[in-house]
Amino acid sequence: MRTDRFQHPDHYLMDELLTEEHKLIRDTVRAWVKKELSPIIEDYAQRAEFPKHIIRGLGEIGAFGPSLPAEYGCGGMDQISYGIIMQELERCDSGIRSTASVQGSLVMYPIYKYGSEEQRRKYLPKLASGEMMGCFGLTEPDHGSNPGGMTTNFKDMGDHYLLNGAKMWISNAPFADIAVVWAKNEAGKIHGLIVERGMEGFTTPETHNKWSLRASATGELVFDNVKVPKENLLPNISGLKGPMGCLDSARYGIAWGAIGAAMDCYDSALNYAKERVQFDKPIAAFQLTQKKLAEMLTEITKAQLLTWRLGVLKNEDRASTPQISMAKRNNVEMALHVAREARQIHGGMGITGEYPIMRHMMNLESVVTYEGTHDIHLLITGMDITGMPAFR
Amino acid sequence: MKILVCISNVPDTTTKITFSSDNKEFNKAGVQYIINPYDELALTKALELNEAAGGGTVTAIHVGQADAEPNLRKALAVGADDAVRIDAAPIDGFFVASEIAHYAKDKGFDLILCGRESIDYNGGMVAGMLGELLDWPSVNVITSISINGGEAHLERDIDGGREVLTAKLPFVGSCQKELTEPRIPNMRGIMMARSKPLQVLPVAANTAHTQVATYAAPAPKAGCKFLEPTQVEELVHLLHTEAKVI
Repeated sequence: MRTDRFQHPDHYLMDELLTEEHKLIRDTVRAWVKKELSPIIEDYAQRAEFPKHIIRGLGEIGAFGPSLPAEYGCGGMDQISYGIIMQELERCDSGIRSTASVQGSLVMYPIYKYGSEEQRRKYLPKLASGEMMGCFGLTEPDHGSNPGGMTTNFKDMGDHYLLNGAKMWISNAPFADIAVVWAKNEAGKIHGLIVERGMEGFTTPETHNKWSLRASATGELVFDNVKVPKENLLPNISGLKGPMGCLDSARYGIAWGAIGAAMDCYDSALNYAKERVQFDKPIAAFQLTQKKLAEMLTEITKAQLLTWRLGVLKNEDRASTPQISMAKRNNVEMALHVAREARQIHGGMGITGEYPIMRHMMNLESVVTYEGTHDIHLLITGMDITGMPAFR
Repeated sequence: MKILVCISNVPDTTTKITFSSDNKEFNKAGVQYIINPYDELALTKALELNEAAGGGTVTAIHVGQADAEPNLRKALAVGADDAVRIDAAPIDGFFVASEIAHYAKDKGFDLILCGRESIDYNGGMVAGMLGELLDWPSVNVITSISINGGEAHLERDIDGGREVLTAKLPFVGSCQKELTEPRIPNMRGIMMARSKPLQVLPVAANTAHTQVATYAAPAPKAGCKFLEPTQVEELVHLLHTEAKVI
């Protein structure tokens, strides 16, 4: 594995929009990634294995819930810091960023936002350090883009709830200690429950043979008459807005993360184009290569500015779901496009594990699908513009 | 122990070096600055020594202008307890050493650590000058330190081997690569760095012995010429007529 010499492009002097602390966080996470992750990621991805030993390190650099309050063992950082951490992780691999996104935005965030004080104190410090890992159960085999149609359900049995159903495409499921599960009660209202590994009837079979996010563990959550203690219900939320609030937070992180993947592809393509000689000159000297590189940098720059502005709005608690949706959709599609162009520039080498391009490209096929597909995000913007939902 | 660590603020190793049109100044515009990598070793070692001793303080000191403060803040995030910036535009190694000596002389430090050299000007003078100015032992290019009571056991590289020596505290040491692995800050460190003290002090001695007259960039490297193993005569000819080394 070659030494990771990544440098981020900054065509519009974006760094001037960041605080010194933002830059310190970025440099810190980047240094950690270069030391701990870059040397091993290709091997783990090729073997389709999650590098579990990095979890504590992710906790130490603040990758788990960095913007939640320090009193729960979290970072107490702003939203731009959170975004920067996601960018730096996904610069290495979308699968690792997914692990952190799920833990921070889909497990810790709902416990913080919708949980009781006891639940916060019980789970958040351990989740922040990585001592405990979590996953998020919303998607079902027959309910992806339409989560409101979920069939997973729980019944009030007096001293406990009885949970039945199944969730699919769940990042971190195979090794998670807890799952934040969204299920309907007898009245058909959606609620969140914290299900712990070891509860009878709860299993997490792993999803094998993925061609994407291979360095991240994905699985199912199966609930067969699982007795869930009543104190494990998230008390302060009901309805679809619960999981959707989590998705807003995670999608925001993805918008930053996708820029990281795109930057890595661009950086690799630029260096390769300057070194690879054909017809007695570097391929970077040919017009069609320059066109690709110029367009890549332009799109990355646009995404950086869009996402920075979204971060400012998020810090002011003014970022709307459609605004977050637009950034997620735009940036992931941009990253996929950049990855494909970078693959072209790398020629045959671009398909090998010597370069990160195909890994990013395959990862991004998941990223463009999960947390709202590209098409669903178009419809969110469509509804925002017209006031008319076109989902069904 | 009470340890002082000298921090130099240097251009990132990937920086393209250019000079002003009269070649008298280095163009700082657009340059990213980092903590001198050898100084990071000094900082990390200072923290490790105190951790091994079960306590102590580490002060990071820098002689330079306000633009170095992000890197002092980074030193605090890595684990230094406080930071001091002597507010001056340093002129040469003696200038830096005399400012640090002036600050350190009555503070009761057990040890001053710095990098073996800064990677921009590569002077490698500050440790030796500090020893002289403070009248302390000074040991360069240290690859190992252990401290027992008032005495340090040190190892340093010498030509073709290794020298093992002892020094009484307090002393000045300059740090070499093998000494330790530089520490990366963590989130808790970054949070704590926000509230750690960073003191700015006026320049005291203000003495330099040298001035930069002009800078010059090295001549661009000529391209490589490849010869077949059989072309010995051609090789000798080129070494004589083109490279002019024989």
